Amino acid sequence: MDKPLDNRAWFLVLPVLAIVAFSAVIPLMTVVNYSVQDTFGNNQFFWNGTGWFKELLDPSSDLGSRVRDSLWRNLLFSAIILAIEVPLGIAVALAMPREGWKVAATLVLMAMPLLVPWNVVGTIWQVFARGDIGLLGYTVNRLGIDYNYVADPLAAWITIIAMDVWHWTSLVALLCYAGLKSIPDAYYQAARIDGASRWAVFRFIQLPKMRRVLIIAVLLRFMDSFMIYTEPFVVTGGGPGNSTTFLSIELVKLALGQFDLGKAAAMSIVYNLIILAVCWVFYTVMTNLDVERRRPPAGG
Amino acid sequence: MARIELSDLAHSYKPGATAAADLALKPMTLTWRQGGAYALLGPSGCGKTTLLNIISGLVVPSQGRVLFDGRDVAHLPTEARNIAQVFQFPVVYDTMTVYENLAFPLRNRGMAAGAVDGRVREIATLLDLTGELKRKARGLTPDAKQKISLGRGLVRPDVAAILFDEPLTVIDPQLKWELRSKLKALHRALDLTMIYVTHDQTEALTFADTVVVMHDGRVVQAGRPEELFEKPAHTFVGYFIGSPGMNVIPAAVEGNRASIAGATIELPQSYDVPLGKRIEIGVRPEFATLARPGEGLPVTVERIDDLGRSRLARLRLQGQAIAAGVPHELGDIGDTAGLILQPAHIHVYADGERVEARG
Repeated sequence: MDKPLDNRAWFLVLPVLAIVAFSAVIPLMTVVNYSVQDTFGNNQFFWNGTGWFKELLDPSSDLGSRVRDSLWRNLLFSAIILAIEVPLGIAVALAMPREGWKVAATLVLMAMPLLVPWNVVGTIWQVFARGDIGLLGYTVNRLGIDYNYVADPLAAWITIIAMDVWHWTSLVALLCYAGLKSIPDAYYQAARIDGASRWAVFRFIQLPKMRRVLIIAVLLRFMDSFMIYTEPFVVTGGGPGNSTTFLSIELVKLALGQFDLGKAAAMSIVYNLIILAVCWVFYTVMTNLDVERRRPPAGG
Repeated sequence: MARIELSDLAHSYKPGATAAADLALKPMTLTWRQGGAYALLGPSGCGKTTLLNIISGLVVPSQGRVLFDGRDVAHLPTEARNIAQVFQFPVVYDTMTVYENLAFPLRNRGMAAGAVDGRVREIATLLDLTGELKRKARGLTPDAKQKISLGRGLVRPDVAAILFDEPLTVIDPQLKWELRSKLKALHRALDLTMIYVTHDQTEALTFADTVVVMHDGRVVQAGRPEELFEKPAHTFVGYFIGSPGMNVIPAAVEGNRASIAGATIELPQSYDVPLGKRIEIGVRPEFATLARPGEGLPVTVERIDDLGRSRLARLRLQGQAIAAGVPHELGDIGDTAGLILQPAHIHVYADGERVEARG
């Protein structure tokens, strides 16, 4: 079929280009611009080349060691979050009802935590986990377990992880539930006829069919947990010491606390690139596995 | 190996319902003999898939018994019956290879590895899948996948019957024919009872020795293809089978005389028609011919379809649509013509059911 060619059609793209330029490209370029300069205010800038980046990536400098430490914290946090939320989300999705009024009830209940704003979640848990007046903190302490998230780094981590699991497991569960609902009944019927065990049904039918939504769930949860800011800021303020200071908290301190715009801009770019790189690698690996499985072997 | 008997079987998807309108399957008694090739034919929603699922054990019937060789299995789970089922959409385990797919039902039943291997290779040969054994099942074409799901049934040595639920729906037309002949060949080779659900009369008539026609939850006729064609037991069978279907014309029948549209046709036999029922006569288009005006029944001609080797006339007899063959020697046809029905091929129906001739 012949499609008419008319280069004037490019003008139709202009509005989008303008919006994207003002909402994304120009702000991003401003950050890039800051990252290679130093400023002392008054709109005076001095060229610094790659200086900030060198300092940032050099663990022997003060800034470099802070970045390195908080990067490890971020990675550890994301790993723990994924290791808990993905299996838990799958388990919850498998246990959710498939039909009747209970479906609507469960979906609404599951969606609740997702509707609570980040800083509210932080405040809820900050109070909830307090040893003197918080239900959780008080109960745990009365059970004879020493628990104080203000003083003990481990307790602070457990609190933040519990909070994130509470807040975001439903997202994974809802995605998995959607994946499960898309499996035709014939698969379960065939499995019964084949005499498959409950585990085999999960392993060979449900898990492969959930694969695509799981990739999305992992990507979303990784990005979000890697960028976590509000909740730990509200609950622990990054402490005790620096034990829950994540990259984002470090970045805000640098940019707004110390007003080191150059360093902060350089750090934003590095931060952004790390997230992009991890997501890209993960996504490419997962989709390539898929392609290789689809491709027939040579000569076959 | 099993003879399957359905005794007084009925099913409703609404619990506790007994009213006829709520029954997806009206009470029926049927026997499927060991080694037969059956087709369950009917339009969508007539209950054929429900019946199939009751036999395979995916649905527990509300009443009645399902006997396999005399043993009631109506309440046994699927895995405890020696039944295999092939579904409308090919069901394969995506992450497994073809070999693992075929071995799956055997491994689940705890068969020894050596025996599994022998069995899988044997079935793969039978289905022409030997070359594909090492491939992942997910990349295969729909017809290969459908062969795998058939293979998962055949591979079990104890399997007594294989049920097919419209298995060719997603297969390309030219492969349909191939797969259907494959099924026929397997049926001859393996002496298995096969029950094939379809709404496609060509599939049913070419596959089965016995075709069971269902309509609105009831079995309206079970018989050889030519019986269904020549002696439809119900007007529904008449117009569902055949292309186009049987002409059904309201009539008054008294003894051996049928009056339609003011004219009278003499029938070869006499009938005692029940009173108070809707009486119709049925005659297939193959036994109805168009004639010059003045001969036979007066009809108006709507159009003539040229089917290549023959011509088919679409007619109206006092508002009633009728299809009839057009003889070669009949030249140009005007708006009106005559219709001749062959009396030997006229059936009499009362409320849709065929009335047997007297004596």
